[in-house]
Order: sequence, then C-alpha cells, then structure tokens
Amino acid sequence: MNSKAKSAAAFKNNLQNFLFVLPALAIFCVFYIYPFFNMIFLSFHEWRGIGPMHFIGLENYKELLGDKLWWDSIGHAGYITLIALTFQNALAFALALACDREIRMKRFYSVVFFLPPVLSEVVVGLIWSWILNPQVHDGQHIGLLNHLLYSSGLPQLVHNWLGDPDTALTTIAIVNSWKGFGWGFIIMLAGLQTIDKQLYEAAKIDGAGAWKTFTNVTIPMMLPVLLVVVILTILGCMQAFVLILSMVNEGLVNHTDVPVTRILSAMTGTNRFGYACVEAITFGVILVCISFITKKLSDKVKQA
Amino acid sequence: MRKIIALCSCVLLIAVAGCSQPQKPSNKIVLWHWMTDRNDTFQKLAQQYQQETGIEVSIQLFAPSESYSQKVIAAAQANVLPDIYGILDKKSIVADFIKAGLVADLTGAMEADAGNWKNSLFDKALADRRFEAGNTYGVTPGIYGVPIDVTNEQMLYNKKLLAKAGITNPPSNFDEFIKDAQILNRIGITPFVSGWGELWLLDCFASNYAFNVMGEEKIFATYRGEVKYTDPDWLKVFNLFAELRDKKVLMDGIVTKGNKYAEQDFALERAAFSFNGSWSVNVFHEMNPNLEYGVIPPPSMGASHPLKIWGSAGSSFIVNAGSPNKDKAIAFLKWLTAKDQQVVLAKLTKNLPSNKDALSGISSILGEFAKGMDISTHPNIWPLNEDALVSEAFDRGLQSIIIGEKTPQQVSEEVQKVKDRQLVKRH
Repeated sequence: MNSKAKSAAAFKNNLQNFLFVLPALAIFCVFYIYPFFNMIFLSFHEWRGIGPMHFIGLENYKELLGDKLWWDSIGHAGYITLIALTFQNALAFALALACDREIRMKRFYSVVFFLPPVLSEVVVGLIWSWILNPQVHDGQHIGLLNHLLYSSGLPQLVHNWLGDPDTALTTIAIVNSWKGFGWGFIIMLAGLQTIDKQLYEAAKIDGAGAWKTFTNVTIPMMLPVLLVVVILTILGCMQAFVLILSMVNEGLVNHTDVPVTRILSAMTGTNRFGYACVEAITFGVILVCISFITKKLSDKVKQA
Repeated sequence: MRKIIALCSCVLLIAVAGCSQPQKPSNKIVLWHWMTDRNDTFQKLAQQYQQETGIEVSIQLFAPSESYSQKVIAAAQANVLPDIYGILDKKSIVADFIKAGLVADLTGAMEADAGNWKNSLFDKALADRRFEAGNTYGVTPGIYGVPIDVTNEQMLYNKKLLAKAGITNPPSNFDEFIKDAQILNRIGITPFVSGWGELWLLDCFASNYAFNVMGEEKIFATYRGEVKYTDPDWLKVFNLFAELRDKKVLMDGIVTKGNKYAEQDFALERAAFSFNGSWSVNVFHEMNPNLEYGVIPPPSMGASHPLKIWGSAGSSFIVNAGSPNKDKAIAFLKWLTAKDQQVVLAKLTKNLPSNKDALSGISSILGEFAKGMDISTHPNIWPLNEDALVSEAFDRGLQSIIIGEKTPQQVSEEVQKVKDRQLVKRH
C-alpha cells in the first residue's frame, strides 16, 4: 500500500470514529457549550427575555460588585453549607460508623436514614413548614414542634422559627442538613465497608484502642471518600433553593435569600435576564474556585 | 461507512423537520394555558365548539404558572408559539411581545358589528390588554387580548367568627377594623391572614391604601420621581403596616405564608379576615363548602381620596400574530367570551365572567366581588409603573416593618435610596 492509500485509509478511519462521537458532541455543544457562551454574551446586555437587547458593556458586572443583597445571599449559602459540612456530615459519619458495626436491624436503619434524600425537596419543605408552623388556633399550637415544646413544659422555647430573622436561616440550614445527610451516610457507609478488616485486626494486635484505631486507620482510609462527600456537600448546599422556596416562599425580607433565588428573582421578578446571567457566571466561578481549593487542600492532607 | 453517513443524514433531516413550524392553515387550533382548575371546563367547551363548527381546539395545560411563563418566553424566542396563548407578566413584557410581532391586534374584530364583542366585555378587563394612543410602551394603539374572566382582590370576613366575637357588621373603616381585630384577639381568634409570602399580594394591599391616602396623581408623581417615598403620605402607608403589627392584627408567620396556605387558614376558620382574590371562591368551595363569609373592600382610612382595589382581567388569551389560523383563533375566542359560554365558565369554575351579560348566572358571593369592579384599578392600566427594583425594595421594606425589624421611617429612606439610584441610571 503506498503512502497516499495509507493516508486515505487513516482519514477514513478517523472520519468513521468522528462520526461515532458526533451525536454526543452535537448534544454537548447544543445543550452545554452554546448556552454557556450565550450566557456570557447576554451578560453584557440589558434584556427582558423578549424584544431587543441593549449592549451595556460591563455595567451589569459593575452593578453586581456593589450589590449587597447578592453578596449577602452568597454569605447565606455559605452558612447553610457550613452547617451541612459540620452538623450534617458529622451526623452522617457517626451513623455510618454505627451501621458498619454488627448491630441488629442495620439494613432497616440504612433504609430509614436514606429516606429523606429520596423525598422531593418540595415535599420536605411543606412537611417542615407544617412542623414549624407558628400559629395558635383555639389555644393549641398548630405546628408540631411548638406543640411538643409547649406540652413538654418548655413554653419559653416556643418560637416563630421561620418568621424571625435570627432563626430563619439556621432553621432552613438544619432542615437542609436533615434532608441531605442520607447521601453522605450511604457514601461513607460504602467507604467504611471497603476498608480491609485486617487493618483493624493489625491495629488491635499492636495494642491500639478504639480512638487510635479510628484516627490512624479509619480516618486515613476514609479520606478520599470524605473528600468526595465534602465536595458534593458544598456544591449541593451552595445551590439549594427549592427547599427555601417551599418553606418561605419569596423569602423573609432578604434574610433567606441564596444565590439561586436571587438569580430567579432577577429573571422572573424584575425581568433582568442580563443581570441574572452575570449573577450565574459569578456564582459558577465561585463554585469552581471553592472546588479547586478543596481539591488542593485535600491533596495536601493526603500527602501529609 | 455509507450506512453511517446515511444514518446521520436521516437523523439530521428528522431534527430539521422537527424544528420547523407548520405554516399551513388547518382545522385545528392549539391553545396553551396554565389554569389547572379550569382545564376540564375548557376541554368540555372545546368539544362543544368542535361539534358546532368542525374546528378542533387542542387545549394544552402547562402548570404551574411559573413554568408556563418560562415556556412561553422560550417558545417566543424560538418562534414556536401556539395559535392562542396567554402572557402572565407585566404590561411592559406584553408590550415587548407585541413589538416582536407575536401578538395579533384584535381591534378590528372587537369593533366589527358596531363593537358588539367589545361592548359585551367589562371595560376594565379589556383595558388590561389595551394600549391607548401615546402609551409609554411605544406600542401601536389597539386591543391585544381577550379577557376570559375578571378578578379583583378584596377583604373577606368570616360571618361565624365575627358573630362569635359579638361583631354584627363588618368594619366600615380602618379604625373599626382595628377595634374588631382587638375584640377577636381577646377571645383567641386570629384577626387577619393573607399570603404575603407572595410579594405581589402585599404590594396590592399597600397600593389600595396608597390610593386612599394620596390619590393616583401623587402615586404616579412618585413613580416619575417627582415625589419622594419619604413624603408624609407614603409614611402613612408604611405606618399602617406598623399599626397592623403593633395591634397584633396579623397572623404569625404572615410574611412567609404562601397564598394557598392563607386560603387554607381562612377556609378552616383559623382567621376572621383575609385579603384575597375572587378566584378564592372556588378554592373555599372545594375546601369548606359550609364556610359562611362575605366580601368588602379593605376598610378605608377615611382620607380624602377614594380607596381603590386591584381588579382587571383575571386571565386573558392572546392570538399569535404569525399563526396561519389567526382568524379561526379569533373566532374561537369570540365564541368563548359569548354569554352562554361565559355562564358555563362562571358556573363551573366559580370565577367572575368577563362578559357583563353573564353576571346574572353567578353566585351571591361572586356578586359581592363583582360590585368591587366599580372601584377597581390595576397596574396594567396605569399610564406608568414603578421600576421593578424599587417595587422589590418597597415590598421587602413592608416585610421588614411587619416583622419589627425596621421602622417605617427607615424603610421609606431605603426605598427612596433605591429610587434615586434608578433615576440616575435612567437618565
């Protein structure tokens, strides 16, 4: 075969391969690449969703820098994430450790702990809205939590949990953790079950107690899994919004605003699609930076 | 290789064919709507229409309304709107649709036969989709939609709960309302509930009293930037919410309550008064058919200007200007808003009809709502509206007052700051 024929065959082969990936590539371009670049294009415009666009350069970006409500909403999402990283993941890890042991009905517990994540966020939000209902009717507290507090002799703790700026965000963060801890639990339980039992036996022979075994065997072996859980928690919680909408509707003033509700508000409330795109881009950049920093930190921890 | 190329070509052709819009006139018209509670009635009427005319009307429901709105905007961008649809947005957005050539001007059809069709409809409902000469939106004057029902928002009172508190008549002014609320509070009945977690409803209530306190000229002057939100009259409006808070008139958690929950509270007799729309008649009928209630306009503050309530077209349909079935679509809407069909709609869906001649068939409670149309107004028929960001600051400010976080003075200053910023931006 001469070189011309060889190159023709190679070209045909490459073309054939390319045609196989073409459908996937086309879908990726249409649904990911095009919207991404279109969003960047829109961010330089003032546009109400229909009608002409007006090019305004970096005006939207400038406005965003001074938008206190936007940066507050980032802070709120950060707070919800912090609660999830600590309270939610600690709970998930503790329960995963418990279920990894030889305890009775551990399969039953695993199923129960995994129930909240499979429930719809809207349903969870509505159920918790009822539990946290602050109303009193005919001398009875309608909300389950206030009813329990009152009937168990703690009337001083009865509170309007979602209607008070001091407690609304924390309450939402706790409900969000309740909803989300099942994911961490399942991933961590799977991670724990992959740890070689011989390592525990070796530690026992070396005289290590429960705490030493935990810190020197369990934690190091679980680090990659914990890292995955941390990244998923950050990305999931920073983007939480359905739960918030179903619990407090359009929000308690601006105390329960998170970035996605601000983006939604810019699009559907004030019809500022260009500004919503700037918010989305900024938020995306923040999430990428957080993921990158988390990855770098975990690499360092692993090396240590 | 050839097979692969042929396969890819087929896929591409199918995709291209799927993207194209049928342009030929047909005997089938497509209608998109968002009204879950009215879908069955629409389907029934569509079947009747097909029997009468041979034209099939495909009624397609897309709910909830938020998703519907996004679908319409996406379809408008892709130019794949159906023959008949509705726009659930501000008048300025409707104007954008018109300017983009997506809405048919119905003036000719409305004014044909000595204006029979136009004259049969409530003028205030029609005004919702009418653009007058010299309108600020830059739209060619005309009528661009057909109201299929009308709605207004008023104060509802529970007759049984008021009687339990020894109150024989509903309040005729704001002071009486506060007094009644205090009596209700004393016997453990929550005075007032509304879905103020939905900001538009809170804005509507405040707007009613703004009309009462300062009149429409001053309101519009504020929107133009000629009057400040720190003006004593606006402070009176803000103070009203502080008074409602201080006198414990409002149900706990009202600022985060969705309207469907407020409706549930009123239907289950957990509050004596509610601020809600005429659509709630249907909701209450479903939740508690034995509920005994009446309707009054929000009690006036007795100021020199008349109190106005929001009322206009409840739901409107518009015809796609680019539809090959435009005339058939217009004919169907004309039939749908004729007296007989309006009576059916009003009876089955318990909404106020847009046809004035169909009022005789409505229930007494809807009749009470209908009386309010005389004092109704609506942002969609105002010559100008407030900037959306200022409105957001205004509504959030009201929430702050209700939860006791800020004083009326602080809120008025903050709203004015946003207003000043937007005015600078506009100029």
